[in-house]
Amino acid sequence: MKKRIKKGLLTGFTLLLTVGLTACGNSTNSAGNPPAEATNSGSTTAATTEPTKAPSKDPVELLNVSYDPTRELYENYNKAFSAYWEKEHGQKVTIKQSHGGSGKQSRAVLDGLEADVVTLALGYDIDALQETGLIHEGWQSKFDHNSSPYTSTIVFLVRKGNPKGIKDWPDLLKEGVEVITPNPKTSGGARWNYLAAWGYALDHNNNDEAKAEEFVKELFKHVPVLDTGARGATTTFVERGIGDVLLAWENEAYLSVKELGPDKFDIINPSESILAEPPVAIVDKVVDKRGTREVAEAYLKYLYTEEGQKIAAENYYRPTLESVKEEYKDKFPEIKLFTLADKFGTWKETQEKHFNDGGVFDKIYVPGK
Amino acid sequence: MSVTATTTAVASTARRKVLPGFGLTMGYTVLYLSLVVLLPLSALLFNSTGLSWAKFWDVATDARVLASYRVSLSTAAAAALADAFLGLLLAWVLVRYEFPGKRLFDALIDLPFALPTAVAGVSLTALYANKGWIGSWLEPLGLKVAFTPIGITLALMFIGIPFVVRTVQPVLEELDRDMEEASATLGAGRWRTFRKIVLPELFPPLLTGFSLAFARGIGEFGSVVFISGNMPMRTEIAPLLIMSKLEQFDYAGATAVALLLLLISFLMLLVINTLQRWVRKTSR
Amino acid sequence: MAGTVPLYAPQSRKSVSSPATQESAVVKWLLIAAAGLVLFWLIVLPLIVVLTESLKKGVDVYLAALTDPDARSALRLTLLVALITVPLNTIFGIAAAWAVTKFRFRGKGFLITLIDLPFAVSPVIGGLIFILVFGAHGWFGPWLSAHDIKIVFAIPGIILATLFVTFPFVARELIPLMEDQGTQEEEAAITLGAKGWQIFLRVTLPNIKWGLLYGIILCNARAMGEFGAVSVVSGHIRGETNTLPLHVEILYNEYQFSASFAVASLLLLLALVTMILKSWLSRKNAH
Repeated sequence: MKKRIKKGLLTGFTLLLTVGLTACGNSTNSAGNPPAEATNSGSTTAATTEPTKAPSKDPVELLNVSYDPTRELYENYNKAFSAYWEKEHGQKVTIKQSHGGSGKQSRAVLDGLEADVVTLALGYDIDALQETGLIHEGWQSKFDHNSSPYTSTIVFLVRKGNPKGIKDWPDLLKEGVEVITPNPKTSGGARWNYLAAWGYALDHNNNDEAKAEEFVKELFKHVPVLDTGARGATTTFVERGIGDVLLAWENEAYLSVKELGPDKFDIINPSESILAEPPVAIVDKVVDKRGTREVAEAYLKYLYTEEGQKIAAENYYRPTLESVKEEYKDKFPEIKLFTLADKFGTWKETQEKHFNDGGVFDKIYVPGK
Repeated sequence: MSVTATTTAVASTARRKVLPGFGLTMGYTVLYLSLVVLLPLSALLFNSTGLSWAKFWDVATDARVLASYRVSLSTAAAAALADAFLGLLLAWVLVRYEFPGKRLFDALIDLPFALPTAVAGVSLTALYANKGWIGSWLEPLGLKVAFTPIGITLALMFIGIPFVVRTVQPVLEELDRDMEEASATLGAGRWRTFRKIVLPELFPPLLTGFSLAFARGIGEFGSVVFISGNMPMRTEIAPLLIMSKLEQFDYAGATAVALLLLLISFLMLLVINTLQRWVRKTSR
Repeated sequence: MAGTVPLYAPQSRKSVSSPATQESAVVKWLLIAAAGLVLFWLIVLPLIVVLTESLKKGVDVYLAALTDPDARSALRLTLLVALITVPLNTIFGIAAAWAVTKFRFRGKGFLITLIDLPFAVSPVIGGLIFILVFGAHGWFGPWLSAHDIKIVFAIPGIILATLFVTFPFVARELIPLMEDQGTQEEEAAITLGAKGWQIFLRVTLPNIKWGLLYGIILCNARAMGEFGAVSVVSGHIRGETNTLPLHVEILYNEYQFSASFAVASLLLLLALVTMILKSWLSRKNAH
């Protein structure tokens, strides 16, 4: 009996190996080649550029791992940067994009997705990469404005004509108002929503934490559906017609009005909101391995130039460069904005206090804890 | 190949004559199973052993986690049960009757597998949300489907129905009609024949279909998150909790929840499979 | 035939049997109507939603969505993945079904349950386990990265995840069927001096071919439609590691609802084609 099984194991193994190898042969042919080329060209670039600063003509590839709402932004920006880089350095650069939920994208990089740059929704997701050594410490001071070339804020999207008369945060707690926001535990954008409400409540209650908690708790009682991501929440509000007000990124709100019907929705700016700073960073370990540091750095720096800022503004992100700010000031109304550091400290502290298991957000839903 | 060699081997345990190929097929099965399923799954086990028992217990018995298990298990069971009945009906009609459009009918059964689960979720939500085609009819009746456990059950029924139909169908096709005829000749009514002759034969594949639909339902994520509303303690499913733990980079916690979920469904499958084999034995 | 009331002669045993084993016409049509209703409610309605949504913005948008380069590369990848995973799982399914149903051994129920296991694993976990094994911090991560071999966030990872998710289909389809058929025919063949492969090809295969085909079709449909597990290991690099279901999600998240549903309908079409192929095969076989 045992002998037979052994024999079977052996034959099976050979069979599997043959099939497996042919399969792998196929897949590496299509999968292995582009990255292999990229690494080759990458390392030669590094070798030639570092000592002499002479531009290399080998084409180079970058992978930008980003979060969901930046698709349109980077689609435009990548074209602009490629053109700029080729003109200045005579080198062709192709930027590959990957989009998804911010936390999920960060995890993918953590687990081995070879991103040259990450452009995520919150610092917490980049901090996680720093903790494993993929990104050097002090990434946040590497580029201007806390490494956030563009900013955004949280606004309200309401149905046309604002039938429920929603003007500011307290109106969300009015009887019969339904608020749509994604789940802060699974969505980066939703964390900004939550923090904006919390910060407002702090400001209007003499920084009383208990009152702020009460306010946020009450707010989430008005939430009928917790989608997992920002775009899921937008769909619930827009397509399903559920809820009276959607808490959304400013850029998302403008985009959904543009894409889904200017005649159906209005954007309401609350009196006070949070300055959302989606940060960018270079993944040091990857660029060093692939020899793409120079172009990756230039890629992120270019976001701060006038052209980069204009593209951001066109895609409804608030620019940080004064001249562009001035130019687009009609587009972005003045709202009193507070930063995360003003009210909450670092992302790590915020995450642990509010969103981790057993944190404040969980208490809203779990009775007796 | 070693097949010819094994044919000469004499079995001691079996009453039956021994057929060839046991070593080959068994060996291959075990090997492939280990490589594709067991090895990766064991990573789950080792990853969560990073947790102490106390922490594991804490994670697994958290009120919210328990509530999500309850939601996942009850909706999956309800959906699988409904699928078992409806699936039997569909399979019966497909095998026993001729009618126009039968081929299309047959082809449609599999589509829930082919449709990406997220699309299924979006479509079902579109149908059952209170402004959807069906939802707007149900709303005046006070029946809410989307964003309630009923909605989750519906999504899982959609996902699970092919399992039942496709396990019952081949068996029904191969079913010998002689017994039915004999039963009819002996004066049994059609319903009685069905109950006494056909159903016992179909019971094992029905159980299989049920258990597969059930197991699939417990783990389903893509289609459910759209229609469930994800309200903690009420319509939050266990796989969603796994996701939200991953979002905090809490791999150990996520794998702990996953492991327990896996254990529950494994035990259920084991019980059902054993039961199924027992039914078969006693019916012989 | 033992029927004592042959009002009309049965033509073929399969489709039209003796009246003794048939329900009355009323019951028959009632059952058909009920089944039709169930099918319509449970399956057809959601599909209608997909189709109407995909055509909402007109045929142009529909066609544009399908001919987009990203969509085409996603289609290629999806077909490649199915082409590799389906045969592998089919071979396994036949081997497993043979081992489980033709012999007696201890722990059979346990083995079958192990085979079922991937069904019970949440797709998210189905992807995560491969990250735990092959990811940068996984068991083989450092070794793989030192040798510059990419498994996760590349095509091999997608194939592995799909392999895992579609693992049980063929085996699960065949086991109840072969169990039901028992071993008499094979035993008879062996008494007549047939060899192993001969028995399988001449005796077993004809008996199980429909079940096998169902299994393959289901496996194929699921391989092409899998979203959750693949989403975890793909890395979502556009034009490179996006499968069709992932492309559907991308379009949906870009508010291109019509395009997104159009690509989803393409997946449905692929599934329908495989089913029609099966239909055609069975008809050809009947003649």
